[in-house]
Amino acid sequence: MARSNPVPWPRRLLLGQDPIRRVIYIAGILPAVWYFHLGITDQLGADPQNTLERLLGLWALRFLILTLAITPLRRLGGPNLLRYRRAVGLLAFYYATLHLTVYLVLDQGLDLAAIWADIVKRPYITVGMLAFTLLVPLAVTSNTAMIHRLGGAAWQRLHRLVYVAAAAGAIHFIMLVKAWPPEPLIYAGIVALLLLVRLWLHVQKKLRPSSRKERAPAGA
Amino acid sequence: MFPLLQALLPIYLKAEEIVRGLASMLIKGPSDIAPSEIIPRAVYVRRREFLAGAASLGLTGGLAGPTAGGAQAAPLQAAKSQLSTTGETITPLKDITSYNNFYEFGTDKGDPAKNAHTLKTRPWKVKIDGLIGKPGEYDYDDLVKPAALEERIYRMRCVEGWSMVIPWVGFPLAEVLKRVEPQGSAKYVAFETLVRPSEMPGQRGLFQALPWPYVEGLRLDEAMHPLTILAVGLYGETLPNQNGAPIRLVVPWKYGFKSIKSIVRISLTEREPPITWKVQNASEYGFYSNVNPAVDHPRWSQATERRIGEGGLLVRRRPTLPFNGYGDQVAGLYAGMDLKANY
Repeated sequence: MARSNPVPWPRRLLLGQDPIRRVIYIAGILPAVWYFHLGITDQLGADPQNTLERLLGLWALRFLILTLAITPLRRLGGPNLLRYRRAVGLLAFYYATLHLTVYLVLDQGLDLAAIWADIVKRPYITVGMLAFTLLVPLAVTSNTAMIHRLGGAAWQRLHRLVYVAAAAGAIHFIMLVKAWPPEPLIYAGIVALLLLVRLWLHVQKKLRPSSRKERAPAGA
Repeated sequence: MFPLLQALLPIYLKAEEIVRGLASMLIKGPSDIAPSEIIPRAVYVRRREFLAGAASLGLTGGLAGPTAGGAQAAPLQAAKSQLSTTGETITPLKDITSYNNFYEFGTDKGDPAKNAHTLKTRPWKVKIDGLIGKPGEYDYDDLVKPAALEERIYRMRCVEGWSMVIPWVGFPLAEVLKRVEPQGSAKYVAFETLVRPSEMPGQRGLFQALPWPYVEGLRLDEAMHPLTILAVGLYGETLPNQNGAPIRLVVPWKYGFKSIKSIVRISLTEREPPITWKVQNASEYGFYSNVNPAVDHPRWSQATERRIGEGGLLVRRRPTLPFNGYGDQVAGLYAGMDLKANY
């Protein structure tokens, strides 16, 4: 990098240089700010803890879905939004972190024994923890320096973990409800569809390697 | 961690109040509409607290209460009962009437409060049949008028891990059962909720969470137990639709889903009747479903619960009590039974 970067890292992380990216970060974090306000002023309904937990988790899943939608959108003839994927992916990670924090601090009161018991005994917690754990290396390696350090191919392979994370997130949602309410099923359906589109694109590429001269720069 | 958060909360609230005050001064000038918004809320909250206090003293009989059930809510005369739970803070009416599992009106806990107003609760008939001497279709008034209404304050523990304290108005189910003269062969009581898709949006459309009608059941001795009531009101008024109007079951030592709402049929049977949640998933929900902190739901712990309306965002879990704290009265019903196998 020729340009020296005087911007301190928290600002770089949140704002960056691209104004559209800036808008994505700021707009993306607004729901969390709004829920925080509602929670503090006792406007989250009868079970505010559970509601806050649910809302933050939902946004993590929504942003995960958005990151997964960017490549199919481009490959199926839509606009190329690849340069905003990092922002959306990081937002997913931030929401997953907030969701987990509410569970650990407010719901479980940092009772480590209870938390550990939950992780080992409750499959939906295990699956949720797995989803979050998988997102950590992706967030850590999301900056340009790490892409260079790992090399494009290795980085790409690592970042395929997001497929597992999104699937685990959707399953986590289904597993914590009673019966079959529509909302978790709709989210799971969308995740499944996006993963199937990728599989389909992948199989097509494998079957006709000669017909596709140009290689995609990133994403599978 | 908690003391720290609790200490920070008022500071944050004050800061937000100042910021909001400044912002509204800047936007609207000094004479904003805030006071007219704040006063009714303050009055409402005080009224709520007053009612909660009154209810805990058993004074709600005939008291003109707040508007839980909308236009249809009518005050009820009810005597206070020795069987009421004491020493608990009663859950605010707003929470009891806005946080409901009543899948006939949708699966979100806010759905019943939003959608249940369409339900017509008059005329209402309850068919009582099966192994009894006096089967028939009983009109709501014929069923309820002969009974002396009581206020029963009970804990309500949901299988999902939250709880409330609710001042029900009702009468023992045993009174109705005795009136219809059970035969010697009757061992169980089966209950059924209304099916009326035109007034119950959860029973229409593509996504229907459960098979209808919702059905429940009790062993006859459980049904005859003095703690088991048919409720027709709460907080001194007729039941809001979202809470199971016009008549519902309340069995305080069992998980909430056993307390079936908007009942249209009661049948006495010789064999254990099917119950909806067991039909839906027998490995997760059993016929008895007594509140039991030692037997976990396969997907979550039942050892603790969150009390609704207590502490807001910083509410802390409290231990769940065996039989929801009613063990002294009801444990005898299950003497010698393996409660882990009969969950």
